[in-house]
Amino acid sequence: MGKTYQKPEALSDAYTHYCPGCTHGIIHRLVAEVIDELGIRRKTVGIAPVGCAVLAYNYFTFDFQESAHGRAPAMATGIKRVRPDLMVFTYQGDGDLASIGISEIIHSANRGEKFTTIFVNNAIYGMTGGQMAPTTMPEQRTTTSPAGRDVSKQGMPIRMVEMLSTLATPAYLSRQTVIRPKYVMRAKKAIKKAFEYQVEDRCFSLVELISTCPTNWGMTPQESIDWTENTLLKYYKLGEYKSPESTEEA
Amino acid sequence: MAKILMKGNEAIAEAAIRAGCLNYFAYPITPQSEVAEYLSWRLPEVGGVFLQGESEVAVSYMVFGASACGERVFTTSSSPGISLMSEGISYIAAAQCPAVFVNIMRGGPGLGGILPSQADYNQSVKGGGHGDYRMLVLAPASVQEAAEMTMMAFPLAEKYRNPVMILGDGLIGQMMEPVEFSEELIAEPSNKDEWATSGMDTRKSDKRNLVKTLYLVPEELNEHNLFLKAKYDRMEQEEVRFVSYNIDADYTALIVSYGTMSRVCQTAIDNLKDEGIEVGMIRPQTLFPFPEKAVLDAASKEGCKVAFSIEMSMGQMLEDVERSVKGRCPVRWYGKCGGEVPTPEEVVDVVKSNI
Repeated sequence: MGKTYQKPEALSDAYTHYCPGCTHGIIHRLVAEVIDELGIRRKTVGIAPVGCAVLAYNYFTFDFQESAHGRAPAMATGIKRVRPDLMVFTYQGDGDLASIGISEIIHSANRGEKFTTIFVNNAIYGMTGGQMAPTTMPEQRTTTSPAGRDVSKQGMPIRMVEMLSTLATPAYLSRQTVIRPKYVMRAKKAIKKAFEYQVEDRCFSLVELISTCPTNWGMTPQESIDWTENTLLKYYKLGEYKSPESTEEA
Repeated sequence: MAKILMKGNEAIAEAAIRAGCLNYFAYPITPQSEVAEYLSWRLPEVGGVFLQGESEVAVSYMVFGASACGERVFTTSSSPGISLMSEGISYIAAAQCPAVFVNIMRGGPGLGGILPSQADYNQSVKGGGHGDYRMLVLAPASVQEAAEMTMMAFPLAEKYRNPVMILGDGLIGQMMEPVEFSEELIAEPSNKDEWATSGMDTRKSDKRNLVKTLYLVPEELNEHNLFLKAKYDRMEQEEVRFVSYNIDADYTALIVSYGTMSRVCQTAIDNLKDEGIEVGMIRPQTLFPFPEKAVLDAASKEGCKVAFSIEMSMGQMLEDVERSVKGRCPVRWYGKCGGEVPTPEEVVDVVKSNI
């Protein structure tokens, strides 16, 4: 009997630098599995962000570009326009995508650029040491909101998938999480769908993954999972927000 | 091929296509928007890629992404837009990707004005973005030269795997002159399979390529910077370009001037000659590398009492002229920075009152 479960070819042998209880590792694996299953590894170019996943290229076994903070969607646009045959994805955190790079992601989605974005939202800046993000929850304590996010001064957290859903250009937009096994399978389905839309040259696709940051949240991994479920998932509702089919019907 | 009458901006656009560059990303800004307007219909005609990005910031990364795949790509902008692109230029230089940036300069600082200027000398020549990097900077003085330099810029960018900038003042972009395009197409680079993220299948390789600029280990970053420096040193050895004017005469003064300003100085030199005053000129065609030796030699010539840096900026090139002259004679500056180009009469007066 052969192996039934093994490390995806798209994933390297390197140990990751991610903290215990962080969900980047699971998400990396899901992306790698999907790339293997679609057989696109040798024509894929990934784009790493600035943030915790800046070194993501160490964990994958295909071509990678490293972007400046927030600019990954512009780089992906550049690649996809001149080499539409390549499979391109950006892997971005919430500071990268929802703060400094919000313009690039909105315009890429609105132009219908045919690449895929994996958006990892853990409601905080991880790599720089736990500062407030546009996605930080009301009252959530961070190193730049030590008394908790004051929504009278900082506004409410940005819900990117909902915001992008208002664009009339066809797209695939989904929000998932990987904090429990049941969610992992759904997240994988969404990631696979996102890449399939690209393979079919159909539309821009983005999967937001609500994630944990025990280190900067000041919680144990278990507490992080509970807080994600009880707080983040109440505000960031899971589900498929838009598909090219739904746009065509509308 | 016969000469045709073209606006500088359109000649740059057409020259890029003839140089084999079929990929262009840009954001509109006066006085260079004609490049984008021209390419918006011309590139689709030849099967190329034209995309108007959402900002100059985004455009510089579209250029980066495309360039990192090993494709010829360029963009054009004007001063405030180049400020925004400077972040991307720093990354492109750090990642050693070839790309061509055209700056049709307008007056600054801030919004400044929309008339011709050379006030981005320091930004282009000394590096407008962060970190130790250089661009090879080409400065055309005519529409013909703008076209030629555009065609040269792509192979130069590929030779050094480095951004190349064409630095023209607003007049170079806006004026119409006869232009003739070279039929010669310079070949694609051969080593891009070693570094470009073009897809492993494309390269028929099992080795993946990585384009990055992060070096967390201090020794590695230092080594990277030394490697880049060696490249810039090589540019200084191999790529200095300049034109001299009236340099064989027994001149009493030397002018250093580039772009449109140098053409005014040329007229002034002719007028001064009629009055019996000989003035020589060095016109840098590359601003980095700067023709230091040519300027030093010219300023060292017996009888040369004074050198001038005449520029449409407030003495930015003056620093390089002084550095090159090495104290052999006094160096004076003259220039204007509001959008007016100094007249030959003004240059004549400046020379006469300083000799």
